[in-house]
Amino acid sequence: MKNVLLLVGKRSLASLVTIFVISIIIFIGVELLPGDVAETVLGQSATPETVQAFRQELKLDLPPHVRYGAWLKDLSHGDFGTSLANGRPVAELIGWRFANTLFLAGMAALIAVPLAIVLGMLAAFYRNTFFDKCISIVTLSFISFPEFFIAYILIALFAVQLNIFPSMATINESMGLGAKIYAVLLPALTLTCVVTAHMMRQTRAAIINVLSKAYIEMAEVKGVRRLRIIMLHAFPNSLSPVINVIALNLAYLVVGVVVVEVVFVYPGLGQLLVDSVAKRDIPVVQASGLIFASAYIFLNLMADVLSMLVNPRLRQSQQ
Amino acid sequence: MSSLAALLELFEQKKISRREFLNRTAALGLMATVSPALFPGSAEAGGPKSGGRLIMGLTGGSTTDSMNPATLTSNMNQNLNWQIRNNLVEIDHNFDPIPELAESWESTPDAKVWRFKLRKGVEFHNGKTMTAEDVVYSINHHRGEKSKSGAKGYLKAIENIKADGQYEVVFTLSGGSADFPFILGDYHLSICPAGTQGQEWEKGIGTGAYVLESWEPGVRAFATRNPNYWKEGRGHFDEVETLSIVDTNARTNALKTGQINYMDRVELKTVHLMKRMPGVNVTATTGTAHYTIPMLVDRSPYNDNNVRTALKLAIDREELLKQVLRGYGEIGNDHPIAPVNRYFNDDLEQRRSDPDQAKFYMKKAGMLDHTFNLHAADAAFAGAVDAAVMIQEQAKKAGIKINVVRDPDDGYWSNVWMKKEWCMCYWGGRPTEDMMFSVAYANGAPWNDTNWNNKRFNELLVAARAELDSTKRGKMYAEMQEICRNDSGTVVPMYNQMVEASSDKLAHGSISGHMAVDGMRNAERWWFK
Repeated sequence: MKNVLLLVGKRSLASLVTIFVISIIIFIGVELLPGDVAETVLGQSATPETVQAFRQELKLDLPPHVRYGAWLKDLSHGDFGTSLANGRPVAELIGWRFANTLFLAGMAALIAVPLAIVLGMLAAFYRNTFFDKCISIVTLSFISFPEFFIAYILIALFAVQLNIFPSMATINESMGLGAKIYAVLLPALTLTCVVTAHMMRQTRAAIINVLSKAYIEMAEVKGVRRLRIIMLHAFPNSLSPVINVIALNLAYLVVGVVVVEVVFVYPGLGQLLVDSVAKRDIPVVQASGLIFASAYIFLNLMADVLSMLVNPRLRQSQQ
Repeated sequence: MSSLAALLELFEQKKISRREFLNRTAALGLMATVSPALFPGSAEAGGPKSGGRLIMGLTGGSTTDSMNPATLTSNMNQNLNWQIRNNLVEIDHNFDPIPELAESWESTPDAKVWRFKLRKGVEFHNGKTMTAEDVVYSINHHRGEKSKSGAKGYLKAIENIKADGQYEVVFTLSGGSADFPFILGDYHLSICPAGTQGQEWEKGIGTGAYVLESWEPGVRAFATRNPNYWKEGRGHFDEVETLSIVDTNARTNALKTGQINYMDRVELKTVHLMKRMPGVNVTATTGTAHYTIPMLVDRSPYNDNNVRTALKLAIDREELLKQVLRGYGEIGNDHPIAPVNRYFNDDLEQRRSDPDQAKFYMKKAGMLDHTFNLHAADAAFAGAVDAAVMIQEQAKKAGIKINVVRDPDDGYWSNVWMKKEWCMCYWGGRPTEDMMFSVAYANGAPWNDTNWNNKRFNELLVAARAELDSTKRGKMYAEMQEICRNDSGTVVPMYNQMVEASSDKLAHGSISGHMAVDGMRNAERWWFK
């Protein structure tokens, strides 16, 4: 257990540094983009005068390092600042969207992770049979299609033809949990199609890898049933790589779903990030970027911790 | 008001009859303040009925949108603006200015001083009565050095605004402007309570038909009927829900499955399929919106009118209209005045594709070997890149070489438009000739996207602006359209129609071409059958 705590402590400190560096990279990145918030919000209707007035109002005429410093100072006091484009507090813009993003990611994960693991075990059990190949072909086909294509197929089938699910996944606070789940089922299924293949293939490969080990051979020689070998001996020992792949895919579900959000008109963090980058709304870009970065860091840390916990050797050894 | 509230309560509890309620409220002189929603059957047969929830799926919404009238940049917040607010002047579907919050107006004979009489007894949603002070504040919000308003340019001519008593406002202009009331019909210039600033704009307090209940930029707005609405025969829905649906397929599916009952910007590639959908009506309205291809005439070789004329002649407008707009539009004649505008010049010869003539002019300019860079991105308008490639092919027939430069959508208006010598562009058009010419063709105008400077044209513009005699103005504008067609740096290949779709349960009167979505006032003008 000491190992785990040490790891968490070290990694958390390193994460702080990572996040700080990321915030600088994001800031420079947005600064390098042509145009600023005044020009992009006014768009075709911008004149030099109005742009100037807009810039002064937002203090964009100050040099970049001064603005970054001011932002960092506010952040250290827990203040994410306000959106440059419409003056709303960033925390207010992000809070409920992040909850929506997590809800959709959670739903997709609840379907995708058990499905991928079960399919992976079955594929390993029936490896190199027709059944194994079918699973691989189907899941790999899904991952090969662009997300929006799968989304449109699902909409055409379930929303337009059968009319059993809504084509738009609009959710709001007044809806009960059941209604929310019903609303996000199609986008969650879309995401499931996208992430299952990766996790399934990894599970299959990891189990097959373990199956070649001597102790599995011993179990076989002793006459243990194959299903029991896979469930109780092979799978627990192959968890470590599987956990890492699951963590990567969960991170993807949190940060990479903007296309699905647009197609299903789902108000999540992705659309907010895209809109704010397009409008050069730096405080919002910073905050969303940092949340995404934290999600990645957190999920990777969790993966490492879990890998340690499931592996007695890592759990016990002294560093 | 307490006696009205008491009567309402009695009526709702069915303790008094509808007739008795009407008699007693009429006796109180309160009828105008009673919501028509109480009497669902009271509308005239065939006339508008009230009730229901209008659910719109609109384009252009962004999480960065604001309800500050200075920066209303998308279909979504422009539409929402007129759900909840009013202007002094409304522009109707005939492109005539009609009284809105102003009851009437008059000007001095030189059209320099304008006096607007305000409607009395109009209340904002917060209960404050609208007076001249609010009007002065709302218009001044778009003026002055610190203003970031998109309407700043229109209001340059105003020298002074002052309130004369509580219900009159006097505008003094630096030069005569016969169309001044039109300017006050611009969507930016809606009237808000004096003192509104910062985050208060987002509350959307106005005098409009609906009261804003919730507003999340780029996602959703929800408004309910204003029980005190002052305008007769408008604002029929109980509730209006406005959804930002950026993706065309998502809008189409939502309409088809009944999740929304109105959508803007129908996909032209599939509109023929949509027309076959049961329960869906497609409307196509010609307005002032047009596509343009501006050249910077102060740069070589576009400073030679032979080059400009050759390029204008090389373009096959009919083909562009057919391919890019699938016929949903009309061909343009290289000036920005639309057939729906009041002084459109019918007698002007329509310019058509003529490769021989184009070659002749290009040869005269000695530019047949030159390769013209045409900058394009779909940010200009949907299909702009396709249109540019088609123009490249069309020009080959005249032996003119065009190179299509694809630019990123991101930042197109700040980095390409008005910076590159020749590029694709889009104009929403303006309700009057004066506004359109002043904003993009007058010498020195900030959005003169060709840097064009024609002496005769600029003289006529000023003269026509102050001319109150309609016939004389008509002649001047006709001549200006001709000058523009023959000399300016803009190619106007076509006017695009605004194609929208709605549930067939919705009914409406004549649709305005002033702006998209029935002049952005469908929530106020439409009703459920």
